[in-house]
This record gives sequence, C-alpha cells and structure tokens, in this order.
Amino acid sequence: MWNSFSTDGRAGVRAGITTYTGGNGDEIHAYVARPEHDGPVPGIVVVHHMPGWDEFYQEFAERLARHGYEVICPDLYCRFGHGTPDDVAAKVRSQGGVHDDSVIVDCKAALDWLKARPTGNGKVGIIGSCSGGRHSVLVASRVPGFDAVVDLWGGGVVMSPDQLTPARPVAPIEYTKDLDAPLLGIFGNDDQNPTPEQVDVHEAELKKHAKSYEFHRYDGAGHGFFYYHTPLYRPEQAMDAWSKVFAFFGQQLGG
Amino acid sequence: MCTMIAVTRTINGVGKGPDGWFPLTQATVGYDHATHSADEHALLLDFVNYDIGTGARVALELDITSGKALLEQLRSAIEAAEASGAVPA
Repeated sequence: MWNSFSTDGRAGVRAGITTYTGGNGDEIHAYVARPEHDGPVPGIVVVHHMPGWDEFYQEFAERLARHGYEVICPDLYCRFGHGTPDDVAAKVRSQGGVHDDSVIVDCKAALDWLKARPTGNGKVGIIGSCSGGRHSVLVASRVPGFDAVVDLWGGGVVMSPDQLTPARPVAPIEYTKDLDAPLLGIFGNDDQNPTPEQVDVHEAELKKHAKSYEFHRYDGAGHGFFYYHTPLYRPEQAMDAWSKVFAFFGQQLGG
Repeated sequence: MCTMIAVTRTINGVGKGPDGWFPLTQATVGYDHATHSADEHALLLDFVNYDIGTGARVALELDITSGKALLEQLRSAIEAAEASGAVPA
C-alpha cells in the first residue's frame, strides 16, 4: 500500500541507467531501480509506453522499487538512436513503431537478467501502460517464466484485421491460450482504446481458456489516468488502482 | 489511446531548430498521444533530418480544427502560387 512505510525504517532505493544484453545480443539501455538492501526481492520488468522511455517511467520504476521490487525498464527504442524522449518517440512513430518481436526479445532478456540477480527471490512480474500494457500481455503470453502480468489500459490487445501492421502483425489476444501468468487488468471506462467492449472481448477470451485474471474498470477515467503530468490524471481512480497493483504483485510475487 | 496513425513522406526544404536552420528530408504527420499540448491526442507534425541526428526535428502539435485550417491555408497558398506564375515549371 502506498504511503504506509514505517517512519523509523531505513528504506531507500538505488536507481540509475545501465546497459544490459538485450535481444539478439545487443547491448541496450535500461533504467534499473532496486531497494537498498541485499534481498531477496522479487523482480519486475517495466515496459514503457508509446511516448517513449521517459521520465514518467523512471519515476514509475522508482515507485515499484520503493515498494520492495527490483525493477528493470528496458529502453525498447534504444536501437532507433538517442535524444530527448519525444524526439526518439517521433522517430519510432515515423517508422511505424517498434516491432513486437523486438519488444519480446528485449523483455525476455530483461526477465533473464532479473532471474540471474543474486538478490532475487526467483519471482518476476511484468507491467506496462498504454502500448506497454499491450506489450506486457504479449510478452507474458509468448515468453514462459513470468509469475504475474499487469496490463494498464493496453490498447490493441484486441485488434481488427485492418489494425494489424508490419510492426504489430498479430493481436495479443490470439495468444491467450499460452498465457500462464495471472493477469491484472486496469481500465478506464471512458477509454477509446481499449473500449469497454474490447475489454469485454478480452475478458471473454480469458474465461474461455480458464485463465487466472482480475479486471478493474474505473468510471470517470479514460486512457492514461496514472499520468500525473497530463490532464488525463484521475487521482482517486489512480491511487485505488495502484493499491490493486501492489496487492496483486504482493500476492503473486511476494516481497 | 495509441492510435499508431502516422504518415511519412520524403520532403525537400529547410527548417529552423534551436541550433539554427537545417535541411529537412522527411515529414511525418500523425494523430496520437500529445507530448506537450493539453489535449490527450494531437495532430503531430514532425519535420526532420535523421542524417543529422534524432534531435534534428521541428515539431508541431495541433488540434484537429487547427490542422484543418492549416490544410486549407496550404491549399489556398499553393493554388495562388501556381496561379501567379512564380512556381517553376
């Protein structure tokens, strides 16, 4: 739970940018944050959103680390070059977006990186928002080894044929039968991608395959309602949803 | 929502960034998450030269009404330019 630490504790976090061996053996950047003790602690792969590997995601990673998780947030746009997050995101956008296969191999490598950490407890989750929510569902469905997945309003889990692109050739919902990790879904009922109807479709598919999941849908919230740096922010819904995230990861990963 | 709407074309022109004028080679027009405007989404116009670097970019974020007005301005200016005889054949 947020803001429930003991004031006589010594909790702190260590965080910064590093490199790790991503997909195809490429050395790519990642933001890593971890509690300032030797563990054992669970790990979380954080998947940034379409606007890029940005400051919001650094703070997002630090929040999870303050709650007892070792976090790695790969720069999924690293191969496109470097600059300010919005300049890099513009370049990625002009090229049709990052390819799903690239995200999968980089997140698989991030999972392996966390599993190899001597301070880990052996459990690893994955979380992302927006395109990162979609990617989290996709990765957890395609890569064995995750113990929990959190989808924050991932648009494009359900896709019509005309929405498929060279970079996003398959809708993640098609892989639902392969999803072995429990799934937490957080959605705003005013969102247009995913719409409540698309969330219904995803939920029906999860039920069909008897998957472990819990969905929470918020009235008065649309897309991106955690984004305190934008007018999309909805503090009441966001803090309730954060409590769901912490409870879910606590239950599935320990820590 | 991530619309993933983006249309990219090769262009020929120059733009002015924080370091002065530079040649432009590509324009991308999209409609997706806004980075700086107050709206959730915006028309995203990026005029770039990636031969120079990722930061060689002139960026605009416009609402749809402004985008339509700009489209009309461009059409009117191009028609007037072509009618004037000032456009090389």
